[in-house]
Amino acid sequence: MADNNIKSMLPETSETTHGRHHIKLSEDSLAKQTTTLNLGPTHPATHGVFQNILEVDGERILHTDPTIGYIHRAFEKIAERRPYYQVTPLTDRLNYCSAAINNIGWHLTVEKLVGIQTPKRVDYLRVIIMELARIADHLVCNSVIGVDTGALTGFTYVFQYREKIYDIWEEICGSRLTTNIGRFGGFERNFNQAAWDKLDDFMRTFPHAFEEFQILLDRNRIFMERCMGAGPITAEKALSYSVTGPNLRAAGVDYDVRVSNPYCSYEDFDFKIPIGTTGDVYDRYMVRNTEIWESFSIIQQAIEKIKDLDPSIYHADVPDFYLPEKKDVYTKMESLIYHFKIVMGEINILPGEVYHAVEGGNGELGYYLISDGGRSPYRLHFRRPCFIYYQIYPEIIKGGLLSDAVVTLSSLNVIAGELDA
Amino acid sequence: MGRPVQYNTNEKVTLVDLPEGYSGEGFHATSFDKVIGLARKNSLWPLPFATSCCGIEFMATMASNYDLARFGSERMGFTPRQCDMLLVAGTISKKLGPILRQVYIQMAEPRWVVAIGACASSGGIFDSYSVLQGIDQVIPVDVYVPGCPPRPEGIIDGVLKLQELVGNESLRRRNSEKYKELMQGYGIQ
Amino acid sequence: MLNHEHIIRKLTEKFGSSVSFEEPYGFLTVTVPAADNLKALQFLYDDEELKFRFLTDLTGVHYPDRTGEELSVVYHLHNLVDNVRLRLKIYVPSAQPDVFTATQLFPGANWMERETYDFFGFNFVGHPDLRRILNADEMNYFPMRKEYTLEDPQRTDKDDEMFGR
Repeated sequence: MADNNIKSMLPETSETTHGRHHIKLSEDSLAKQTTTLNLGPTHPATHGVFQNILEVDGERILHTDPTIGYIHRAFEKIAERRPYYQVTPLTDRLNYCSAAINNIGWHLTVEKLVGIQTPKRVDYLRVIIMELARIADHLVCNSVIGVDTGALTGFTYVFQYREKIYDIWEEICGSRLTTNIGRFGGFERNFNQAAWDKLDDFMRTFPHAFEEFQILLDRNRIFMERCMGAGPITAEKALSYSVTGPNLRAAGVDYDVRVSNPYCSYEDFDFKIPIGTTGDVYDRYMVRNTEIWESFSIIQQAIEKIKDLDPSIYHADVPDFYLPEKKDVYTKMESLIYHFKIVMGEINILPGEVYHAVEGGNGELGYYLISDGGRSPYRLHFRRPCFIYYQIYPEIIKGGLLSDAVVTLSSLNVIAGELDA
Repeated sequence: MGRPVQYNTNEKVTLVDLPEGYSGEGFHATSFDKVIGLARKNSLWPLPFATSCCGIEFMATMASNYDLARFGSERMGFTPRQCDMLLVAGTISKKLGPILRQVYIQMAEPRWVVAIGACASSGGIFDSYSVLQGIDQVIPVDVYVPGCPPRPEGIIDGVLKLQELVGNESLRRRNSEKYKELMQGYGIQ
Repeated sequence: MLNHEHIIRKLTEKFGSSVSFEEPYGFLTVTVPAADNLKALQFLYDDEELKFRFLTDLTGVHYPDRTGEELSVVYHLHNLVDNVRLRLKIYVPSAQPDVFTATQLFPGANWMERETYDFFGFNFVGHPDLRRILNADEMNYFPMRKEYTLEDPQRTDKDDEMFGR
């Protein structure tokens, strides 16, 4: 009796396919001429956990059904339970390739909410950190495009320079990747001599290495033929899909938050916004390369500007929000109380509603914060650029080759942590 | 002592010590356990299951500065069928848990698992409705590497710890009742 | 140059007294009735002076204490030509959270609305593919609503005194 029930539940076709009842085929599966291909979520070419179910005709992609959310960690819910300072580690883990930008973006948001004015030197130090992060982010993305087109050399070569950036961060905040750098109003400690020395070393050696990386790939015939024309985005489509960052600029729209809504004294710097024309993989690659040079020039300018400023300033004078120095916490009662109050979130944050955006590694990273005056945010929404622009992916790979889809994915710089929050 | 090999005597190459045993002219007698353990431990093929931040640190571990290949893990296999060592780096959500389990089941015995980072070990800072609180809820784990994310040195240390385990593992362990019980505990046949 | 007074004047001309305005931290915030959200977005998009044609962000907020308007959808719009940003809000009751979808106007709203549905349970009327996006399909509640806890209520580990709950 039970046996009969199970049989009646099986589709008709499964009876005919050699008695393999456990494979459920759809009704038209025998008639259809295309292949269904499952790419991900653990496929090595996806660089993260994304699943795409492709419908392919030979090598041509006809249809893509993306599934995301495989590392959804409920950031926005967690943020509603954490005091303001404890949200900083969460932002680290959004786009972990350029964690420092996220940290500073969050600090700028809270500073906007409570009205903290930061001194110029703090702004310039932040600019140095953020631009280093941008270089690190673009280095990963561009070298991974190389890996996906078969050039592993570039990856192993530029990763050494990423390590140098890690070393600089390590001197400043003690951590390599998830930096948790800075505090509301500035930094927890001044840049020490070792940090400056390492920065000098990086500034001296990086241009040569990066030139070599560019020689390896920029005019490499194989690389160009793989990348040109793959996954193009037009400007209209990019704008209608709310694409931001290098991907939008590669499509030919000169929108950069650093210029349109300057924060952190970016208006003091002289830099160009590179744009592309066709928005294909090669344009995105070239836009990122040019941005690395622009970031490099911004850091040079910031180092020059800092020389004229009082070297002892590294935070704004806001004792209500800024954690006291660690050695005072251990020796002075008052500092200990302040430390405890701030860490436990007993600080006077005003009720209010702010949106603050920074130019993250892969687009406009926005923080929409609603405070009700409590110890943790009432609602915090992250505008995660790659969550928004990844939805364009099925459209731009449609009709293209399967191997182009892989390169397109890596050139979009989709970071799983940011995608899934 | 065994007869030294005459060719391939590059001084920079460190050779493993001979396992304990009885040696004479042209032969060395020891137990299978030791020889197979020695071979296994120095040629672990990693399968990186990298999801988030720890995955980037794992990339740094594989890249030029740290170079995990020095310890016999030269070839990253991206197919579970060919790999011995599953490196789970990053947050595993409840949605991803069954997939991780599937990958583990697809691996051939003997197989080992390293949980890299706080998220894979215990859920880490993400104590939320969507995150699996440690991968040991779905698959057995051999070595846990702490850190959020662990430094590349930490990951290498974890791999070395695993090599120790692999080198000393009895050949009969995978057939033992206790091991079968462990697998049954996870519902894996 | 487009300024806030001008936007307020144009919107009041079009929609009368049903819209209200705020300017927290210099960010113009417009609240419209829930039924008019699409009309307002369309007007802001089409008008030759306003030209809010870039949807920066779309998200939801849950206010359990506001009876009858517990859930809110917040749109952030951007006029890239004049570089003016605008926030548009609507409120709906949690008993019937019907909101017209913005996907016809902005294709990029597709996933943003799916995420907002996943978290808060808005019913975006006319959305082409309203499914959960980040959470598993089997999930039977909307986790970002304030009444649900952060931790999984079903779990048995980590519930001792060591973890403080």
